[in-house]
Amino acid sequence: MFFAFFESSRSALAAIYANRLRSFLTTLGIIIGVASVIAVVSVTGGMSAFIGDSFASLGANSLTIQSYTPFEDLMKGIRSRLTPADLELIEKRGVGIASITPVLEANRSSQIKYGPQTAYSLIMGTTYAYQEVSQSYTQVGRFLAQSDNLTRRRVAVIGEDVRENLNLPENPINEYVELSGEWFKIVGLLESLGDVMGQSRDNVVLVPYSTMVSILGNQAQTDIGIQLSLTPTANLDVVISQLTTLLRNAHDLSSNEDDDFRIQTAEQLMEQFDQILGTLTMVIGGIVSISLLVGGIGIMNIMLVSVTERTREIGICKAIGAKSHHILMQFLIEALLLSLLGGLIGLATGYGLGILIANNIPDFPPPSIPLWSIALALGFSGFVGVLFGILPAAKAAKLDPIDALRYE
Amino acid sequence: MALINLTSITKYYEMGSQVVRALDGIDITVKKNDYLAFIGSSGSGKSTMLNILGCLDKPTSGQYLLNDKNVEALNQNELSQIRNLEIGFIFQSFNLLPRANALSNVMQPLIYRNIGLRQRKQMAMEALSRVGLTDRIDHLPNQLSGGQRQRVAIARALVTHPSILLADEPTGNLDSRTTVEIMQLFDELHKEGHTLIVVTHENEIAQHCQRIVEMKDGKIFNDSRTEKDSMRVAV
Repeated sequence: MFFAFFESSRSALAAIYANRLRSFLTTLGIIIGVASVIAVVSVTGGMSAFIGDSFASLGANSLTIQSYTPFEDLMKGIRSRLTPADLELIEKRGVGIASITPVLEANRSSQIKYGPQTAYSLIMGTTYAYQEVSQSYTQVGRFLAQSDNLTRRRVAVIGEDVRENLNLPENPINEYVELSGEWFKIVGLLESLGDVMGQSRDNVVLVPYSTMVSILGNQAQTDIGIQLSLTPTANLDVVISQLTTLLRNAHDLSSNEDDDFRIQTAEQLMEQFDQILGTLTMVIGGIVSISLLVGGIGIMNIMLVSVTERTREIGICKAIGAKSHHILMQFLIEALLLSLLGGLIGLATGYGLGILIANNIPDFPPPSIPLWSIALALGFSGFVGVLFGILPAAKAAKLDPIDALRYE
Repeated sequence: MALINLTSITKYYEMGSQVVRALDGIDITVKKNDYLAFIGSSGSGKSTMLNILGCLDKPTSGQYLLNDKNVEALNQNELSQIRNLEIGFIFQSFNLLPRANALSNVMQPLIYRNIGLRQRKQMAMEALSRVGLTDRIDHLPNQLSGGQRQRVAIARALVTHPSILLADEPTGNLDSRTTVEIMQLFDELHKEGHTLIVVTHENEIAQHCQRIVEMKDGKIFNDSRTEKDSMRVAV
């Protein structure tokens, strides 16, 4: 058996080599198919690894609560809100919470001015607890203090990007910037946190929560976000369900009404991204596998032609003693080798494409090919070869030696 | 001991509603070291005869003993094995593998015996030197002349040390000078002890043999010894 396999491979290689151009064109379908699969997988694989790293830095142990208004209600002019009363409630009654902070985003203007420079950034009103919850600390100066909040001090902690955009000095402490027509003194500069999904996390300005409230004015419309971090022993699911009950009671929701808020964890966000990425990979992979199928049909077609072309040779081999399995094996291995070669070339091409894509898009993570995708690409192309090689090979093996010898 | 023994062999083909009797009750015995020619016009059944003798085809009825083995009931793969072990074919159109060089062509039947490359090469070289072609082993068939191609084909038939050499119009595609060379080679092989069966429609070729079997309409019409045979017996 091994002997026959070895000899068949030898003659199959000779046959492929004898028809080099045709062999190449035949495998082109497989090459393109595998190259596309590998390019897609390597690019998304790189992205997924990168996203995983980014989310780990978000702090896996923190929760974000935000109001949620269904689109239908939005059309009716109804807006769900989280209020300072909700914050107080959670502060008093929530269990397993290490620190908690409101986050109030500027809804009017996010313009900041420093001298002649103007920049736009995410301006958030929050408290000293934010640094623990979101794991962002200052590299220079101090964070917001409790007293800042109590006295509505006009101070700000800025991110690295803001400093750069406004041309602030390396040490921006005690400089003044203008926010919503008010002057704020910079008291701290945050450590750089890098990007998540291409969005900078350093383009932020943090001001005391109560200061933000007074700037925004209309308290009745206030919709705050709440960020909290858990104690090390707290169970995430228990905390989430307890918070849900608290907020549902506070908002007077009957059992048949949906939550008017969303509780999100960094982990959930990561899972969502992974899911989206996974679905994307599947969809593209599915489309691309059609091209593998087409490639396989191409191989079958050429193998059928090849069997017809070599009918006389098959007859000769049978006359001098080849059994059916010798002929079957030879053509099957030829088809298998064709598609495996295509798979290998496709693998190299696809990886090259992945590198090309990653290098040409700025800030794009480097491609990474998981081992399973290599195994899958080669396995699948081999499978295609065998699948579409069987029919021509069986046709060859079944040939009657006399008819085959007579074939012109 | 009879090498080949055919009893009441028939071969019928159905052509539409008509039944063609290609062989119609053949009884013949071929002994070891026989040198035999089947002659007859086209349609006489001599090609069918060769296919049956060469185990390429199965008779419709009758008994075929080859080396005292019943072969008429074997399946295709078993017939392949018999062809590989017992029979050496020499065809009119040479039937060499076009993409393989002379050496590979001669080695080909040994592959089906699971013989390793080194031994295959050695056996093929012996066969090629027997037909006098050792200097052309790496030539492709289309780089060889007709006579050389037929020599490669004969080497391929000899390499397996078969019981019978079956030649189907072996000189049909050759010029007269090469024909003489090939027939001389056949005569030598006969003298070395090989059993040869030649199918031909040329009388001069048949005259090289000891025994001429004339066929007509699927039957043996005449079975006679030639002078060569009587000469040999006389000697």
